[in-house]
Order: sequence, then structure tokens, then C-alpha cells
Amino acid sequence: MANDPLEHGGPLPGTGLPHDDPVAATGPARDDPRAGTALPHEDLVTRAASAAPGESGEGRRPRTGALEQDPHPAPRTGTALGAPAVRREGREKVTGNARYAAEYPVPGRVHAWPVPAAVARGRVTGVDTSAALALPGVLAVLTPGDAPRLGGTDDATLAVLQNRHVPHRGWCVALAVAETLEAARAAARAVRVDYATEHHDVVLRPDHPDAYEPGKGAQPGRLEHGDPYGAYAAADVRLDTEYRVPPLHNHPMEPHASTAHWDGDRLTVYTSSQGSTTVQSVLAGLFDLPEEHVTVVAEHVGGGFGSKGTPRPDVVLAAMAARHTGRPVTVAYPRRYMPTAVGHRAPTLHRLRLGATTDGHLTAVLHEVTTHTSHVRKYVEHAAVPSRVMYTAPHLLSSHRVVPLDVPSPSWMRAPGEAPGMYALESAVDELAGALGVDPIELRIRNEPEREPGSGKPFSSRHLAECLRESARRFGWDRRDPRPRSRTEGPLLIGTGVAAATYPVLIRPSTATAQALPDGTFLIRVNAADIGTGARTVLAQVAADALGAPLDRVRTEVGRSDLPPASLAGDSSGTASWGWAVHEACAALTARLAEHPGPLPAEGLLVRSDTAGRADADSPYARHAFGAHFAEVAVDTVTGEVRARRMLGVYAAGRILNARTARSQFVGGMIMGLGMALTEGSTMDAPFGDFTEADLASYHVPAHADVPGIEADWIEEDDPHLNPMGSKGIGEIGIVGTAAALGNAVHHATGIRFRTLPLTPDRILTGLLPQR
Amino acid sequence: MTCEKPLDPHSEITLRVNGNPHTLLVDHRRVLLDLLREDLGLTGSKKGCDHGQCGACTVLVDGRRVNGCLLLAVTLDGSEVTTIEGLGGDGEEPHPLQRAFLERDAFQCGYCTPGQICSAVGMIAEAAAGHPSHVTDPAEPSGRPVPLDGAEIRERLSGNLCRCGAYPRIVEAVEEVTG
Amino acid sequence: MKGFGYLRPTGVEEAVEAYAAHPGAHYLAGGTNLVDLMKLGVESPGVLIDVGRLPLDWVEELPDGALRVGATVRNSDLAAHPLVRDRYPVLSQALLAGASGQLRNAATTGGNLLQRTRCPYFQDLGKPCNKRQPGSGCGARDGVHRDHAVLGHSPHCIATHPSDMAVALAALDARVELYGAEGGRSIPVADFHRLPGVRPERDSEIRPGELITGVLLPAARAGVPSAYRKARDRASYAFALASVAVVLRVADGVVDQVGLAFGGLAHRPWRAHHAETALLGAAATPAAFEGAVALELDRAEPLRDNAYKVPLARNLALDVLNRLAPAPATA
Repeated sequence: MANDPLEHGGPLPGTGLPHDDPVAATGPARDDPRAGTALPHEDLVTRAASAAPGESGEGRRPRTGALEQDPHPAPRTGTALGAPAVRREGREKVTGNARYAAEYPVPGRVHAWPVPAAVARGRVTGVDTSAALALPGVLAVLTPGDAPRLGGTDDATLAVLQNRHVPHRGWCVALAVAETLEAARAAARAVRVDYATEHHDVVLRPDHPDAYEPGKGAQPGRLEHGDPYGAYAAADVRLDTEYRVPPLHNHPMEPHASTAHWDGDRLTVYTSSQGSTTVQSVLAGLFDLPEEHVTVVAEHVGGGFGSKGTPRPDVVLAAMAARHTGRPVTVAYPRRYMPTAVGHRAPTLHRLRLGATTDGHLTAVLHEVTTHTSHVRKYVEHAAVPSRVMYTAPHLLSSHRVVPLDVPSPSWMRAPGEAPGMYALESAVDELAGALGVDPIELRIRNEPEREPGSGKPFSSRHLAECLRESARRFGWDRRDPRPRSRTEGPLLIGTGVAAATYPVLIRPSTATAQALPDGTFLIRVNAADIGTGARTVLAQVAADALGAPLDRVRTEVGRSDLPPASLAGDSSGTASWGWAVHEACAALTARLAEHPGPLPAEGLLVRSDTAGRADADSPYARHAFGAHFAEVAVDTVTGEVRARRMLGVYAAGRILNARTARSQFVGGMIMGLGMALTEGSTMDAPFGDFTEADLASYHVPAHADVPGIEADWIEEDDPHLNPMGSKGIGEIGIVGTAAALGNAVHHATGIRFRTLPLTPDRILTGLLPQR
Repeated sequence: MTCEKPLDPHSEITLRVNGNPHTLLVDHRRVLLDLLREDLGLTGSKKGCDHGQCGACTVLVDGRRVNGCLLLAVTLDGSEVTTIEGLGGDGEEPHPLQRAFLERDAFQCGYCTPGQICSAVGMIAEAAAGHPSHVTDPAEPSGRPVPLDGAEIRERLSGNLCRCGAYPRIVEAVEEVTG
Repeated sequence: MKGFGYLRPTGVEEAVEAYAAHPGAHYLAGGTNLVDLMKLGVESPGVLIDVGRLPLDWVEELPDGALRVGATVRNSDLAAHPLVRDRYPVLSQALLAGASGQLRNAATTGGNLLQRTRCPYFQDLGKPCNKRQPGSGCGARDGVHRDHAVLGHSPHCIATHPSDMAVALAALDARVELYGAEGGRSIPVADFHRLPGVRPERDSEIRPGELITGVLLPAARAGVPSAYRKARDRASYAFALASVAVVLRVADGVVDQVGLAFGGLAHRPWRAHHAETALLGAAATPAAFEGAVALELDRAEPLRDNAYKVPLARNLALDVLNRLAPAPATA
């Protein structure tokens, strides 16, 4: 491995930096979750090197240093973490043998197809199922009148077929069950539903009379420090700008799907979920069962990006239909129904006011967001939150207003809040840099805060400036002519842009067991979900190091609710949360083994851990990952088409636990950010109340051809205030700020500031026209 | 050819799938993808959109890559179908592309992966047979194999969406096999 | 999708007879659009007549130098055919700009011409659409219509035709060859598709039971410089926001042959007759191109949210025209 000391010519960036202070202030033993563990710190230097990107991404193969070493290193101990271990389920996935939720061969299994509401608001006045039931192979049609009654749930989106109210278009109003997929689809279409239609309101606008300011949920809806209005009015330089992010859809490649079957009063479901422990408890509540009577299997999950973070109607419908018909039932959502059924990123309207001194020090930051939610379930896209984290802001306003509308329920989508919020904030910072005539990297560094502006807490570690400098060096930022529209290639305008990234460190309690077996192997059990992150693999690495065992002696079992309960794969919290529990179990097992002379009993030795009360304890530190995104775009003046040419992300995200899978996650996040910037947009069809872009032909997730050479890398960070592994979450930060970097590059290319995403030809060409 | 009564909505067809012959009575509505997944238990071919908009169902029919979700099974009587499960042939050894995908970490959730791999197999054959793409220089002489650089691979695989964003590594994996 | 009968005739005559026996049946070839629409419930034929294996899968050169393309030639094979690439590059380019490799392997020449609009209101049974259900109204006109027509639309329908291939064929003066109960006939591709008027449910001039048997590429256009360009939201695998097919021959600085057609702007490939008339015999200069294209696009009637298509189409056309025109001889 070409390694860091050579590349950086000295000590690693990110070691021995600012967090010495808070440690001293609060005492290392209490705050260092690693205290007392035997983690081999000397192995931190296991980062894969990556070549600097050239000026042109074309024809250049992104180097993955990780792959240049033997993917199957000889067994050694204490070196698993950080190594680029190959995905444990990889062979099953590339050979087609990995089973997803709709693919379990349950004998007698039948299919169900939902009927979506065709009005935006109203009541179902009648459901005529006779034509549907007359079709061959049709078993039943569940309607609001005869579907099984459900017990309590906090999530009203799951209370399907319980009453006749239609809260939004696409709401499930019936479910057809049949022997085959074809019969179920035909039956769903043959169901005749009559409605009493009511007036609907689906248009988000900042002055909507129903807008309200949310109280304290996960985040306070409003945070105000100092005198933001006064400070802004008094600022030497003022920027007042607006940005818009449209609704966006998660669209994991595997549609939401569940297979349910009952054995007496025991329910088993195979479902596509980011957290089957939650699915188990929710189903137990809905069907009034003891939790141990519900088994949820989510072994392989075809992506989620937040949309499978909690149960969705598919699993409830499958269980209802299975109970109703006495047959195992699969509900696989048709792709077209997903935008209204599984959540979306709520649109956000941003107003940003930045006040600064002439030498580029921020004096006031005001970030106000208006967004929507449904009448079914309150959800807040907390897009103003990054202003509480990013920059010095002696006078700060960060607020949200939410408008309840007759729209499908929004929910989590990768980096909820941060992704749209950082698009707006980082675009505004770029505007301010232009207004001040200051380099945008320099402006950011000048405004690095001593403490987190929103909370006043010290940062556990913060290496944003290092990320910016390192990626600027690799990207060749010093060769950039800062003047907008200064670089052309024939009809193409070329521009480069930068933006920062941030994502909070979130950790949830989990449990795990570690078992030593007589044959010298170890079994780790934890109900983690592997949604493509490589959870099985990285947890084995955590365990191997904690046990002092070679990686190939460790097996991991994840993705079943009968494993020790664990938190969801969301919030970029999975690895930290599960890993902590795994680490604890393994550390305790190691201690037990040391006390256990002679051969192990046949059942081995088993230790259980539970991190409740510690993993979720309040930290005296503000804990966030940071990063920097750089992008180069070409804007075609003939068509208004914007295409990315190269992108680079450099992150400071604690200790990277698997160089291979981490890089994939960073790059994947950046590509979703590319989509957010350039191709993905959903349009509320106001007369009808749903999203116009209902399929993958019209909702444009990036295709291969959109994605040039993209590189992601990281700088080492040694942060003792996180978890036993020293890791921060990495699943989401890749999308945060990427859209701003691309948008800032488009501004640099064209000299025009586009303030509504996505940057599609209609908008770009219209903007370019007066200049032609 | 006149008809007094409705035609039977089923037909018997014979297919060879991964070398094995299958004779089935199919509902005319059944598409190849559902036949593979539901009738033959070959669930490696994935349903991402069911409308030819994502490529997760890509299989090879008589050697050509196609979207299994849009092909009515009844139209394929007598065809030879190869799926992800059959790419490696009879042996235990995976296809070189499968190995390259694994070693390059050219996937995350894995759901688009079988389609990406089958598509790449078909695409490599197309380029070798001289099929141009949208990014092939029109001045290139026709009928000769088209070299597969990064831009060619990206364009030719654009019918296979990947939401995890494994694209750069997929291209690397294909380059490793073709390069 | 309800159950349906399935017939696989072995010849064109037999296919047409099958239709006569089952009026309302649909011909099925590649299925990339029809099966899609059947799954959506937009199409629900009682009988499918599979013409995908009819012996129409050849490209043949006729004695006069014209090229006849059989109706079941797959889009990928047509795009790769040496005679097409060498003589009608605009056609190869248009095909390769459309869909994906997988879809092009299945889609046929005849089916491509008959593909239906991608208007989201047409595809959603829960919304009004005069094309799908005459008299139900047009949801797009007051709804979301960024992708819709700017030329030739009517109060009843603002849909666009989605084909790339057909745009190239229109510019090439190609003809569609049809066979039906009344025998064979051919019509220019540019006249094959209709404007919506008051009957948007009719996409084309094809008669019930008629089968497309092939497309004729005229000898007169063979070897004439030509090119296709398309603008879209993502770099591949997306329908055209606008596109242009240009066939242009310049002799002694004067345009002596021109075909110009737009895609993505109208209910049919938009053959730019006004522009062509202005250009034929004119000096091949940027100013002349600009004037001629303006003459055509001045007729556009953009809707609330798609005015961008007019300058987009203009830019595309001028870009390709200027590229195809030989650089003026230096004195």
C-alpha cells in the first residue's frame, strides 16, 4: 500500500489536532468510550492511497489503492479494522443466489397488488369487487370495509384499509390477492372504487396560511442566537438569496416488498427493511401479538436510502392479506406506486441571509426553510440545521416552517435535512465569496468556528479545513481562474466548484452476542441490516480485532429479528451502533476466555452485550463528520445540458473501518448528489395531487453515462469521543454538499446563479439565452 | 382463420434456460422475468421496475441482452435463455465478470448486479461484433470491433441503473475483463 | 392485463388474415412499448398477433440503390448495419440515441414507428387523457407539461411522439410500407404520423389491421451528409427534450438537398418544410440557416412551461446544419 507519510510528507493530517482541549477539560476516562479496551491504535494507518485526479476525468481510471493489495491477506490478528476486506455476501450477490424479500420459496405463496386512490382527498363511498373476484385465480379483495382491523401504531401511514378516508392520491384503498402476479394485477385494475371528492391543497408556498413552526423533535424547529436581524442589517456585506429543492424520490433498486405467512398466531415476514427489529415491534403492535411471535427476516436488502428505515405499508398489507386468505402472501410495490407510498424527500424553499465583514468574517447567518408534510404523519425536513454546525455565526437564525398539505407523506431520504440544507447554505457561501472577492475555500476556513454555533459545545474532532486543503491540492484548485465564464471549449463552458459536507455522528443502543465455539471459531449475532453497506463484513472486522482473532475465524449473522435486537441501518449510525455492541461482547468474551482454562464446552461460551444508556448518552461534544466536495462541469451552450466531468470528495469521518466498502459508500453518496444536482426532480401535479414523475423513465436517477471519474478519499481522524472503533458514519455524507459543488461549478462556468434544482436543460438554456 | 370462441389464454412452450430444457404451460400474460422467478425459481434476475426502465432484469436470449420484464414468455418458444445463474456454465467457477465485480466491489446492495453483469456480457459481444454506440465516432469504419474505453462502457451500460452508485467500479470491473 | 389469445402467423398474408378473424387484435413485435402499456392497462387487446418472427428481418439494397428495411429488423441491428452507417448515418445515430442496448435489441423498425407517447397522463388510468380515452380531457394542458409539444398541438392533446428513429426517417424522405386487407401501399414517414386535432386517439394513418412490412430509404438520400442530435435530461437512456435530424448536401456553396426534422416538439416527427423550402437553392451560410430555422420555429406555440423547447430546437438545428455544411472555400 502506497502510504500516507510519503504522500503527505509528514504526520497524518487529523492527528494530534484540536480535540486535545476538550479531553483535558472533561477527563479522558469518562468520555473515551474506548477507555479500557485494547484497540490497537498503531493500526490506524491502514488507509488506501488514491491517485490525485487529473484535470480531465476522461479516460482516467480512478485508482483504488485498496485493490492493489491482496484482497485475501494471510490471517493476522489485530489488523482487521481498516483493511479492505471483501464483502462476505459478495459471491451470493454476483451469482444471483442472494435472496431478497419477494424471493423466498414459501410453499403456497400467492401475490397481492394494491389499489391506489385516484383522488387527492375525499372518502371512499363504495368498492365494487365483483368484477375482480370473477377473474380466474383471484382469492380476495381487501377493502376498508372488510380488511382485518389493526391495533395501535404511532405511524399512521401504516393504518391501511382501516377507514374510508383518503388523505392523498395513491393512498391504498384496496388490495387484490390472487394466485399469480398477473391475476393480482388484473384484479386490482378491475376493482371499482367510488369516491366523494373533497377540495385538495397540494401547493407549497412560503406564505401558506397553515404554515407552522415545529417544536422540538429530534431538532428544535427554530434556533435563534444573538440578534440576527440587527446584525444582518448592520453588516458591511449582505447577501439575501433563495434556493429551491424539489421533491426527490429514494427509488432503491429493489422496490418495497414483503412476504408474510402465519402459522397459527405466529407471523413470519420476509421484508426489505433497514431495521427488522422495528418491523417486529410494529407488527406485534398492529396485530396484537407478543413480539416473540413475530419473526422478521431481512437478509439482503436492495437499497433503502431511508425509504425502508421504518416499516412501509407493504409489510402490513402482506400480513393482513395472509391472515385474511390463510395463504402466504407477497406484496411487491409496483415502481410507479412508490413515490406516493414509501415516502419522499419533502421539497424545501430556502431563504438565506448572510452578513459579513468586508474581510469575509460572517456576522449573521439566517437560514429559513419552508417545507411540506402530509396530513397523515408529521415530518420535518430539517434543512436549516447545517447553519447550526458549519460556520461562525455570532448572530444566528435557523428556522423551519412546515405546511401540512394533501400530499403523500414525506419521509427520510439519504441525509434528510443536511442534503437540501447544505445545497442552499453552500451555494449561498459561494455567492458570498463572489461578492467579497474571496476564494470560497478561504472564506470557509476564515469562518471555522471554535465551538459548534448552535450548541456551544466543542467539537469532538473537526477537520473541515484539512479536507478542503487536501482536496483542493489534489483537484488542482490553485490553477483555477476564479472569474466566472473564463474557460470555454468550443460551445462548452467549463467550470469548477467546491462545497463543504457535514453529517452528524449518531449512535443508538444495540445488543449483540459473541460466542466462542470449540472449533476455535467465533459467531457474532446482531440484528444489523446489510442494505449494501457491507455490515456483515465490517462487523466481522470489529469482532476480529476485539477478539484478537483472524478475520476468517469470525462469522456474523445479521438481518433476522430473532437475533439480538439492534438499531436500524439509518442516520449513518449502523456501524457505530452495532459495532459498539459487537465490540463490547467480544471484549467481554475475550476476558471470559482468558479465565477459562481448557477446552470449551460443546455449546461454546457466549457473552451478550447491551449498549443502552451509553451509546445513546448525551455527549459533551458536538460530533460530526466533515468533508469537501469538488466538481468540474461542462455546460453546453447549444442545449443547456450540464454534465459532470470529474468529482472529488475528501472526508474526515473518524476511523475508516473498511477501506473498500467505505469508498463505495462515499462514491455512491456523491453520485446520488450528482443526481440531485443535475437530473432528479419530481413535480407535484397540482390538479391531481401526486408526483408527475412516477417511473424510472421520467424520474432520472443518474445512469452510467452521467457518471465520470469520481474519486473519494479520506484523511485519518483519531477521535476518542465516538465509540470503541473511533468511527463516524459514512453512508450519507457523500450526498451532502455535492449538489452545491456542482451548482457552484455551473455558476463558475456560466456566470449565472441557478437557484432551483435540478439543473436541467430547460432551466440552464433559459438562463443562458439573454447572454447569447 | 376464423374464430367463434375466445382463444385459449395459455400456451405450452419449450425453453432452454441455462442449458436445461423446460416445457411449461404459460399464461400469455407471463413475461420471461416472472417465468424465471416464479416458475423456475431463478430469482437472480431482478424486478426493479417491470417496465424496461432499469435493466435489473437483463438476461441473454439467444445470446442477446434483453429486458426480461418486457418479453412475453409465449413469444420465446424455442429460445435459449441465459441468466446470471447460468453465466458460469456447468462448473463452480464464476464468470470472469462475476469475479471482477466481486474483487472490485462493483456493487453494494446487489440488486442491480445480476442485470449489470448480464448486460456487460451482452454488451462486450455487441462491441466485438462491430455494433457502434451513441459515443462511437460516426467516422469509424463499420463492421469492425469497437474498442471499449470508459466512455463506450458507460454509454453501453446506461440501460442498467444502479442507485447505490457503483458505476465507477462497474466500469473498472468491465475494463479489467475486456482490457 | 386480462388474459388474451395469442397467434403466431408465419407470413404477412396470414397475419393480416388473423386480424380479419380477430378485429381489435394487436400486432406484437418487440413488445418494448406494447407490453409496457398492457401492464399499465392502457392497452388491453383480446388477441395478440405475434409478427416478431415474420420473415421481415432483412435489410436489402434495391436495384435503384434504395434500401429496404424489413419491419422486424431490430433497432440495434439496423443501427449497426454497414449500409445504414455508411449511407444514412443520421438513421444509425438516431437509433443509438434512443433507449438502451437491451431495448434496442428487442425493439423493431415497425414497432418503433408505432410506439405511443410517453405523456404521463396517457400512462395513468386515473387521469384524463383524450388520446387514451376520447372525451375525457387533457390533463397535461393545465398540469405538468415541460416535456410536451410546442408545434401542431391542439386543445385536445399536447403529447409528443417519442421516437428518435422516426425523426431521422422523416428527414430522409423514407416511406413506410404497409400491407392490409386491401393490399399494400406506402406513405412518406413524414406523413405517417398525424397531428392530434380533434382525434388524438389516432397516432398515425395506419388503418385497422394494416401491418407495417418495411421502410424504404430512398436512393436519392444515400451518401448525403447527415447527422442527428438530441438533448436530454440525462446523458443516456432518456427521451428527447428536443432533437433534430438533418440531411444536407451543398454544391458550390448552395444547398441542393436538404431534409430537416425535429423530434420532441410535436405529436409527430416535425418535418420542417418551411425551413427546407427556404434553404433549397440558397447559399449555405449560417445566416441562411438561421433565417430558415426561424421561419419554421416562429410557428411554435409554447405552453406555460415549455417555451425553452423553441430555442433548444433552434440551437440544435443550427449546430447540426453548420456542422454538416462544408467550410466555405477560401479564395
